Amino acid sequence: MTPALVVEDVSFAYPRGPKVLDHLSLTVAAGQRVALLGANGAGKTTFALHLNGVLELQSGRITVNGLPLQEQNLGEIRRRVGMVFQNADDQLFMPSVREDVAFGPANLKLPKEEQASRVAEALAAVEATALADRAPHHLSGGEKRRVAIAGVLAMRPDLLVLDEPTSGLDPAGRRELADLLTSLALTQLVITHDLPFALELCPRSVIVSAGTVVADGPTPEILADTELLAANRLELPFGFDPRTVRRGDATG
Amino acid sequence: MAGAHRHLLVHGQSPIHTMAPEAKIAATFLFVVGVAVTPREAVWAFVVDGVVVAVLMAVAGYRFGQAVARFAAVLPFVAFAFLIPFVASGEQVDVLWFSVSREGLWATWNILAKALLGTGASLVLAGTTPIPEVVRGLGRLRVPALVVSIVAFMFRYLDLIVEEMARMRTAMVARAHDPRWLWQAKPLASAAGAMFVRSYERGERVHAAMLSRGFTGTMPQLEHRPASAAEWAAAMMVPMVSLAAAAAGFALT
Repeated sequence: MTPALVVEDVSFAYPRGPKVLDHLSLTVAAGQRVALLGANGAGKTTFALHLNGVLELQSGRITVNGLPLQEQNLGEIRRRVGMVFQNADDQLFMPSVREDVAFGPANLKLPKEEQASRVAEALAAVEATALADRAPHHLSGGEKRRVAIAGVLAMRPDLLVLDEPTSGLDPAGRRELADLLTSLALTQLVITHDLPFALELCPRSVIVSAGTVVADGPTPEILADTELLAANRLELPFGFDPRTVRRGDATG
Repeated sequence: MAGAHRHLLVHGQSPIHTMAPEAKIAATFLFVVGVAVTPREAVWAFVVDGVVVAVLMAVAGYRFGQAVARFAAVLPFVAFAFLIPFVASGEQVDVLWFSVSREGLWATWNILAKALLGTGASLVLAGTTPIPEVVRGLGRLRVPALVVSIVAFMFRYLDLIVEEMARMRTAMVARAHDPRWLWQAKPLASAAGAMFVRSYERGERVHAAMLSRGFTGTMPQLEHRPASAAEWAAAMMVPMVSLAAAAAGFALT
């Protein structure tokens, strides 16, 4: 089976800046939910912006569901990779929720009826049907996050990339987001430094440091390695012991 | 302060609320044109226009006090008009215990009447039309797509920028910043600079988010119910009054 995402040897430096990504390689199998962990400045967001070609590939190769990331495939790659940004306000720019969710399908030049059904379907998937006619800036943080995800789901992506999805959410909003993400049968790459969230959602974790993968394994094992976490400026919340968390506890 | 434009909406389901936005925008614009070209001596024409505005505001569901409060917003802009009678030259007349210029009085009346009628018409539009509707209406009126997008983005991010500014101000006040004199304006100027940089960076992030959802340079045209002929006819009755009053004013004065 074709992996959902193959990243080979990707390096990137901002103009006249230091190297942000340094020979980064990563493969994500279809249907997997993977946490990408790392401290601030480790290159996580820069990496994410490579996955759909917003940042141009300087060296290395990226393949999404078998399709190489190249100029002529950019449109299709952007449909396949659904990117949910860290700040939902950056992502919700249309005057109403309905129009915002329709933005992607409209760019795909889908017929009007198909656009409308995609919007309805995506809003239903995130339980935001009632928000359709609201203006995005009147929504709560959790609602904004869900609508931002709907805007991406409406493009029927193969891979969902979420950049710090729990930032700025209150505990209830965080809980709803976790439930939503578990309910979606999609390959997901969750970029976060919220370790309990990673443990709850993702069986596999990858630690990125200085623009390269330094650890890759089952999340419970990664989080139990205190030296590894400390070396990468990652910390578990006080009193949180990943070895005593059972999945039932984490999701119940 | 944040989200001031949202509070302009008067909640209700009046026929003006449900009317297609492009008809309302066009009607408002033409009504104001009619008011603007009315000769100032045609006092009765302004009275007719005023009755139209008052009726529309009542239908839109404005309460009296609410309407007065909103009209007050125009005062700073017309304040200087009250000075004209005192500084204008020409024939002098006595009003109360002042000697003022007749020409100046007419100028004040002209500015005040037109400003208030224009504000009233705009209040009817703003009170019955949410911003997204206004933006859609502009699109239907064939305003260039780029301009419509700019207006839409401006309104979308206005709240955020205002909130950010308020937070910055709070942060300044929290550290005992209390500007009273011009030479204390430097922190405000740097804050404005920081706002500009932040807004610019936000623009870049929004653009990245747009690209991520397949944006290729043109905003998609989204579904929207066009105004019916009946709506156009109903809406156009309003500017007909002001334009007719203006024409009659020219003929009679």
